[in-house]
Amino acid sequence: MTEPVLSIRNLVVEFPFHDETFRAVDGVSIDIMPGEVVGVVGESGAGKSMTGSAVIGLIERPGHIASGEIRLKGERIDNLPEADRARLRGKRIGMVFQDPLTSLNPLYTVGQQLIETIRTHLPLSEAQARQKAIDLLSEAGIPKAGERIDSYPHQFSGGMRQRVVIALAIAAEPELIIADEPTSALDVSVQAQVIKVLKKLCSNHGAAVMLITHDMGVIAQTADRLVVMHHGTVVETGTVGDIIRRPREPYTIKLIDSIPTIKRGEGEIIAAPAANDEGAYVTVNQLVRDFEIGRGSFTKLLPGKVEVFRAVNEVSFTIPRGKTFGLVGESGSGKSTCAKMIVGLTRPTSGQILVDGHDIWAGGAGHQERRKRVQMIFQDPYASLNPRWRVRDIIAEPMRTLGIARNRTEVEQRVAELLRKVRLDPSVMRKFPHEFSGGQRQRIAIARALSSQPAFIVCDEPTSALDVSVQAQVLDLMSELQAEYGLTYLLISHNLAVVRQMSSAVGVLHNGVLVENGPTDAIFDNPQADYTKMLLDAVPDISKVA
Amino acid sequence: MLAFIARRLLQSVIVMLVVAFIAFLVFRYVGDPLANLLSQDATMADYEQARERLGLNQPFYIQFFNFVINALQGQFGVSYRLQQPVSQLILERLPATIELAVASSIIALVFGVMLGIYTALRQRAFSTGVIMTLSLIGVSLPTFLIGIGLIYVFAVELKWLPSFGRGDVVQIGWWRTGLLTQSGLRSLILPAITLSLFQLTLIMRLVRAEMLEVMRTDYIRFAKARGLSKRAINFGHALKNTMVPVITITGLQLGSVIAFAIITETVFQWPGVGSLFVNSVAAVDVPVMAAYLVFVALVFVIINLVVDILYFIVDPRLRDGARSGR
Amino acid sequence: MTDLPHSPEQPVPAAKASRWKTFIRSDIVWSYRRSPVTITASIVALLLVFMAIFAPWIAPYNPFNPATLNLMDGFTPPNSNSMGGRYFVLGTDSQGRDVLSTIMHGSRVSLFVGAMATLFAMVMGVGLGLVAGYVGGIWDAVIMRVCDVQLSFPAILIALLIFGVARGIIPPNQQEGAAIWVLIIAIGLANWAQFARTVRGATMVERQKDYVAAARILGVNPFIILLRHVLPNVVGPVLVIGTIGLALAIIEEATLSYLGVGVPPTQPSLGTLIRIGQQFLFSGEWWILLFPAITLVLLALSVNLLGDWLRDALNPKLR
Repeated sequence: MTEPVLSIRNLVVEFPFHDETFRAVDGVSIDIMPGEVVGVVGESGAGKSMTGSAVIGLIERPGHIASGEIRLKGERIDNLPEADRARLRGKRIGMVFQDPLTSLNPLYTVGQQLIETIRTHLPLSEAQARQKAIDLLSEAGIPKAGERIDSYPHQFSGGMRQRVVIALAIAAEPELIIADEPTSALDVSVQAQVIKVLKKLCSNHGAAVMLITHDMGVIAQTADRLVVMHHGTVVETGTVGDIIRRPREPYTIKLIDSIPTIKRGEGEIIAAPAANDEGAYVTVNQLVRDFEIGRGSFTKLLPGKVEVFRAVNEVSFTIPRGKTFGLVGESGSGKSTCAKMIVGLTRPTSGQILVDGHDIWAGGAGHQERRKRVQMIFQDPYASLNPRWRVRDIIAEPMRTLGIARNRTEVEQRVAELLRKVRLDPSVMRKFPHEFSGGQRQRIAIARALSSQPAFIVCDEPTSALDVSVQAQVLDLMSELQAEYGLTYLLISHNLAVVRQMSSAVGVLHNGVLVENGPTDAIFDNPQADYTKMLLDAVPDISKVA
Repeated sequence: MLAFIARRLLQSVIVMLVVAFIAFLVFRYVGDPLANLLSQDATMADYEQARERLGLNQPFYIQFFNFVINALQGQFGVSYRLQQPVSQLILERLPATIELAVASSIIALVFGVMLGIYTALRQRAFSTGVIMTLSLIGVSLPTFLIGIGLIYVFAVELKWLPSFGRGDVVQIGWWRTGLLTQSGLRSLILPAITLSLFQLTLIMRLVRAEMLEVMRTDYIRFAKARGLSKRAINFGHALKNTMVPVITITGLQLGSVIAFAIITETVFQWPGVGSLFVNSVAAVDVPVMAAYLVFVALVFVIINLVVDILYFIVDPRLRDGARSGR
Repeated sequence: MTDLPHSPEQPVPAAKASRWKTFIRSDIVWSYRRSPVTITASIVALLLVFMAIFAPWIAPYNPFNPATLNLMDGFTPPNSNSMGGRYFVLGTDSQGRDVLSTIMHGSRVSLFVGAMATLFAMVMGVGLGLVAGYVGGIWDAVIMRVCDVQLSFPAILIALLIFGVARGIIPPNQQEGAAIWVLIIAIGLANWAQFARTVRGATMVERQKDYVAAARILGVNPFIILLRHVLPNVVGPVLVIGTIGLALAIIEEATLSYLGVGVPPTQPSLGTLIRIGQQFLFSGEWWILLFPAITLVLLALSVNLLGDWLRDALNPKLR
């Protein structure tokens, strides 16, 4: 048996936190063989990133390795002095971070950063290093690398920047690359390409990969072996196929089970397809929104040509009462702008939005109708609840504003009722939002949305900030509430699997245009538009495991 | 680039016009300009005549226009207190203030940046703790107290340096410099240190804060993960990125040194424009106050412009001309 | 950093932990207890404030009552009996006024002017900052330009200017009575911009957050949103700037009084006392200058230290 590139034994990482000590990593053991791609998955707080930081020796203070060993090709590295440790970084262990927008120094060209890295580790002249940098960039799939090498990071798109980051990590031919959520900040269509580049470069240069991610889909398509982490410990290890198809541990079983997939499972309840247009509760008609760009407040006062960016371009769809319409798109597709217009936050440039027959942008009356009927659930449960308000006041605000309940006892009764509906103990109403986890906060946000007794709720990425197991619970809750109150949902998401699971009809947005629109199964199983096909093809999904 | 500078120039002109307007309001409506010009027993007819002569019964906007035209030619009228043309008063005292301001700016900049980098890199060292505590005491010490303290120690007790004035000066054209004589240089030391201390602490704390901020960014972490040397990370990457915000704020701080000199000049009886201004405020000498305001604004606007251009050179993101809004 | 300790998805136990306990365990109290410097600073500040507020009752002498003044007591060194036979801890000045008592009364004036001026600056700056940050557009542009320009001038210059203008406008016979209020307004107007800029920045961040969007969807009045949603969330930085601003205002008042354009000599502040004391520095009566100077520095330093600590303690929570 060959010697592993990386061998972690009983690693413990501790964080002193006020007077207590918190164990971020608690006895983790992982082996990675040469050339192998090992995926490390887990939800937030599992300790997976901290394990990666421990290996490369960049744990932030006051965290530290409390016990255990890390060996690189058999040689122990965790107890090396900092200077020797630093010498390993880049040279023998490379690292790729999550956010390509912040990983590169904005004040230097990518060439300067590449050449600096190469010359730090390899005995090359400036010209040789530059040639190697160009080779690396073109190998990473950057077109016209010879010219682009002198560009600054901000002149590259997110996906291209991540390619540069990968090129930088591999520049000195390390034996091991640690990739910490390398594609989580990228759009689906870009994600697939970047993963391919990462895999290709590492295998070309013979580097093993430790791929840290929360996204099972990414791992399923990339990794050879899988390590599942939970609360700082390794729960299960095995080949990707084994773990996804035959998970053994209860935690893994639950985890795999809660991952939605773009393939329709057997025996799932399929929402009835959209009825005819007469039953439409929400009608969006030829919606357009333009933004002026590049003009400051002062210059706006001066005459001159106005440059206009059309974020949403003649989008039309309808949603029948009690059904869910999924709106899918990547970042910049205009889906959030659509949501803002439908809930009344952004005025449309042209077009109509009818809710229950009322044009919500038609003056005061339409505004009143909208307040009564439309609500919204937001993406980030940390930002959607006012941190200075108690849960009771947060949930009571809509009913107080709309005059549904006025006196204190009545309000408290209703709030307690709503909290029970979202499976929270009514006694939490006196707490502040920071005392809750992400999933609990999202439940509070749902309770607030229900507080005004709306018929139509716009859900803008309601679960993308949550862990998969929590996501499943929140989606279940949303379905139950829909059945109970006959709610109509507009579900906006970049996550195709979530949309497939929840919606009866789907629209695909691309650059502000609705490229495709129809019943969910028809779109997923038989996409017509090229963009939809590409999207469905690119999405990493656990059903794609060979 | 040209468009950027043109826009900044336009903004500067607007700022100057606004300041000129305020100066004009002060000049025109604070106190009675005529009471200071005419004798006690002037008749109504004398008043009318003077009013006519000074253009005080012309429409408001024409008066403002005339004020601006005069200001552009350096005409701010005659000081009530000293009965001399204001422009001449300011010009006579300007070299003293500029020499003091430049000397203290250099001290503040050199030591401020050095100490800021040192304390950021040696975050946990004992010396850093000492420097940071001293700097907080420095901010809490009023400038005039520092001046008094320095005078007491170095002039009264040790008798090493003079306690007031500029020493001997040499006339070069209209510029009267104290930099060419020994007594002039000796006289400069204490006021320059006094004036620099406050800016020094500010610059030091700013450099430190920005550098610590930069050290926390992902690209510094990524640079560490690529195995770049400590030196390359600290001085190549971190320092350059630190300098972007530091340039702006430091530049503006240095601009304010000129106005800040008011206190130092009073403590050391330094014959500059600042002490002229303080005496004018005490005596409600309106023309001097108005002129001083315009003068300080001009210094501010010029420095601001230089800072903007520097900013432009350092940060490639701005060079692409996407947006310049700060 | 997602790997911090917080329990994922567990049913929340009923709120039982007492509010007092949560407060004691909070980060702020924790960092306070861990910082001896901060504890010392707060004790010193409290003592000085106490001394200032109760000066008329606890000061050993009334330095402003001509009847009790005796020129025989003049220039008594600290910790000794005067030629008039009375004891003075910190000595007396040229007119025989007890230095300790003048300091106590002087701190009273200094603190009053500093606190009122900071309050004035805070109300004005927070108001304008909220408007600039929330309404945006041309309001924002104008307010922020004024801020930019004003921040690039030292506050002392602006205060001097306002003071000079006020002197020209107010009739001479009312000047003495109005002086202290002119001073407060001058210092307040010189310091509002810092509040405005910070609050504007914080407001722009908060305005983008979804809890504001949720209130807007409900059609809540923008003024109510500003007051009930945004304002409570920008209080942290305002407190920090307010504390540091208080130290600044005290120094500015002292500086103006030292320059001779501040409070009238009948109501001397610490700055006035230092101005008076400086005349005797060269002739050896050092105590007339030194003790007011030490008091001023202690006051400014302790408030500054508290502000510094507050900034660090609140920072991780400011997001």
